[in-house]
Amino acid sequence: MGIDVAIESPPNAATQGSAVGLSVERVDARDKLAGKAEFTGDLRPPFMLFGAVLRSPFAHALIESIDASEAEQMEGVVAVLTAKDLDDLDAYYGHALKDRPILAIDKVRFVGEPVAVVAATTWAIAEEALSYIDVRYQELKVAASLDAALAPDAPLIHDGPQRPGFAHGLGTLPDREGNICYQYGFARGDLDEVFASAAEVVEGEYEFPAVYQYSMETHTTIAHHKGNEIILWSSCQHPFLVRQEVSELFGVSLDNVQVIVPFLGGGFGSKSYTKMEPIAVAISRKAGRPVRILNRVDESMVTTRRHNMKCRMRTAAAADGQLLAREVDMWFDTGAYADNGPRVTATAGDAGPGPYRWTAVEVRAKCVYTNTGPSGSYRAFGATHVQWIGESQIDELARRLGIDRVEIRRKNLLLRGEEVRPGAKPMDADLIGDLDKAAAAIDWDAPRPEGRGVGVSVGLLAAGAHPVSTATVRLGPDGGVSVLVGTTEVGQGARTVMAQIAAEVLTIPSSRVNVQGADTKYTPYDRSTGASRSTTVAGKAVEEAALDVLEALLETASLTLGVAKEELWVADGTIGHAEQSLTFEELVQRRFGYSGGELIGHGRIQPRGGSGSFAEGPVFWEICIAGAEVEVDFETGVVTVLRTSSVADVGRAINPQLVERQDEGGTLQGIGNALFEEMRYTDNGLLLNDTLLDYRIPSFEDLPAVMSCAIVENEDGPGPFGAKGCGEGVLAAIPAAIVNAVADAGVHMKVLPLTPERVWRQIQQQKIN
Amino acid sequence: MTKEIATTINGATFRGEVPDNELLLDFLRERVGLIGVRQSCEVQVCGVCTVLVDGAPISSCCYLACDIDGRTVETIEGVTDTDFFQEISDAFVRHAAVQCGFCTPGIVLTAKALVGTTDLSTEQAIREAMSGNLCRCTGYRSIIDALSEVFDKYPQVDD
Repeated sequence: MGIDVAIESPPNAATQGSAVGLSVERVDARDKLAGKAEFTGDLRPPFMLFGAVLRSPFAHALIESIDASEAEQMEGVVAVLTAKDLDDLDAYYGHALKDRPILAIDKVRFVGEPVAVVAATTWAIAEEALSYIDVRYQELKVAASLDAALAPDAPLIHDGPQRPGFAHGLGTLPDREGNICYQYGFARGDLDEVFASAAEVVEGEYEFPAVYQYSMETHTTIAHHKGNEIILWSSCQHPFLVRQEVSELFGVSLDNVQVIVPFLGGGFGSKSYTKMEPIAVAISRKAGRPVRILNRVDESMVTTRRHNMKCRMRTAAAADGQLLAREVDMWFDTGAYADNGPRVTATAGDAGPGPYRWTAVEVRAKCVYTNTGPSGSYRAFGATHVQWIGESQIDELARRLGIDRVEIRRKNLLLRGEEVRPGAKPMDADLIGDLDKAAAAIDWDAPRPEGRGVGVSVGLLAAGAHPVSTATVRLGPDGGVSVLVGTTEVGQGARTVMAQIAAEVLTIPSSRVNVQGADTKYTPYDRSTGASRSTTVAGKAVEEAALDVLEALLETASLTLGVAKEELWVADGTIGHAEQSLTFEELVQRRFGYSGGELIGHGRIQPRGGSGSFAEGPVFWEICIAGAEVEVDFETGVVTVLRTSSVADVGRAINPQLVERQDEGGTLQGIGNALFEEMRYTDNGLLLNDTLLDYRIPSFEDLPAVMSCAIVENEDGPGPFGAKGCGEGVLAAIPAAIVNAVADAGVHMKVLPLTPERVWRQIQQQKIN
Repeated sequence: MTKEIATTINGATFRGEVPDNELLLDFLRERVGLIGVRQSCEVQVCGVCTVLVDGAPISSCCYLACDIDGRTVETIEGVTDTDFFQEISDAFVRHAAVQCGFCTPGIVLTAKALVGTTDLSTEQAIREAMSGNLCRCTGYRSIIDALSEVFDKYPQVDD
């Protein structure tokens, strides 16, 4: 059941690893400290021009005319791109739904939608030229919220035929219905009967806000379209998917599209799939020179965000606390273009029931177009949206039934091997053991003063995306090792972890292993950097490639020493038998003669069967477990997070320190999502808080006094050395734990974020009731 | 309009004309080629564009290039030979306080300016003093731990 990514056993020789499980120094830390690490915006290919994007001031309007002639004549302006320059292309893209034009064609659908692009010799000239482009619009009725887009008289935001994208991974896509572009759902058991017979039912309506990922490096792309060849330097998480999309859009073969990924200044999902690359390629095609597009923060905010959503949920339990049934309806605001909305919607659907045993369950999740900027991936999408809702209902049931809130979970949590949903991988972790750790870390049973509360939450996130990764490991005649792998270093430490995996197999220090960024021309295929998949899937490919090199070394050693491979030992970069031994350097030289040559190993991870649909997965279930202790000021509504705990159930921690850092970073993002991050739109689709002045993210002063992260290593993951991914689950779990802690303190919230005003109003409301 | 300026950037003298509306951030990145100065929020909130002018941290995104006339500018590239940089680097490496690294140079420069000028004796004081620099990756815990270690080596001042 599920996708099996197991590989062949390692060679028989006894090897002694030297790197996995150690918190070795990050390979990129010192360059980053010194400001030497290069990000896309630091690069200057010869003759590069600076691009600037003219964006729509209207949320929904027809474009009547565009006159760029004045801008084109400005000194320093090399090219101005408008939709008419795209006439020779099928200019629509989108990995899930092919609904997005490179530039607005005839119609704009959100404030900030690109309408024209200028390439000039300086950025200042390019930006100035934008004001000389004359665009005439005819405004249309706007649907800038879920309610407006779902209303019977809502304007249709897309009205042409729906076209599936090349990488949606969702099986057969349902047809669009009004502004609903995708629906996902499932039903098991007789819902009505079970609800009718339940001792307690909790139900409610909930809202989750639109959130900005804010990777500090904004989306940045440099493109050079050379006719039959395209070179892209881009801050993208999925270079191979970008390559495929750009190849199709511009009719240039895959091998002639080169996507090079320098260091990324954060991603968190905001740089997944294709973002500014098509625009950059299109303007370069016209200008005939490399062109850079660097988003400003307000531009990145309308390039992608986290979906705001509405949810209606009810949950039933028996008098003894046994959970019986859950019904979930969710509506996700995907903005004007689908981006990753369908996948977000499906993942939320899967997360809806939570990690429990049900007699009946029904989930309906809908992905809705609105006239706002597109919504896509953000760390732990889907799970973050719904876990706090489901978990707050579990808490409420426990309160009403007089059962301890940890106890009700222990009673109902899925055990290892139990079915999560039909056709999917069964539960692959010890949830009860993990929950106990999270609860103990916040002193669950300790008495607390008035105004304080504690909460825990448990959830699952389908992780690993599609398990296709390949890698190459090269061992040179000086014993140095290079790993070629398409994983993107977004800050998570992928290059360090990949070095450790290769080093472990080859029994050498990880400092002898060099890992560069992705360059699709030279690094082998890797599907994506997301869904917590890099260590597990790409890491497995690196392990396999390193084993391939080791096998070749063993062959040479066996021939040289005249001993069967099985009788050799491997340690410290040396292979031997009894007292005789040869270093890797000597073995490479023996193999090729003279002093040259290198050994090259290949690793290939692929599903052993299936259609490629994610429904057959996931590669593993990422565990979303956390605890929180809060203090609520009943005079002001201010919520202070005093203490958090999280559990990184990683199978095996390749680098424990990096695992902790993932959970710590995710915890702070969870605090931001829960307490104050919210993109606010007017009814006309204008984003009100489009700067960091009024869109606040957590700062040094928002760190809880105590933040603990437990690492659980059951060596039960499908990745190298029993590892599985981490770093996202915590973001789903923390807001849920905070909401539950606030309820424990006495305030029952159904709308996030928990701003002081919102909490204060709820306090007053509860007083009246 | 341009203005004639004379300044010292990372120990080197610079004389020349700069447009009077050019931001220090753009001047340092585009004309001088100092990529350790980063651009992000552009509204003086995130701190990634921090440089030291006469030793004080400023946001180069909201500072005119011509205003460095007669002053001394230090960017991350200009402090990497100092003992302080070695100490803070070792501490950041030990605590794995670097992730994507986009914010890191700005944090190092702010920390450098704080030493000897600001009360850093408690964690709360460090948090307040550092609150002009954002980091979206680390969750701050490791940065505070690393900074505390470094600050402990220097004499404390009263605020």
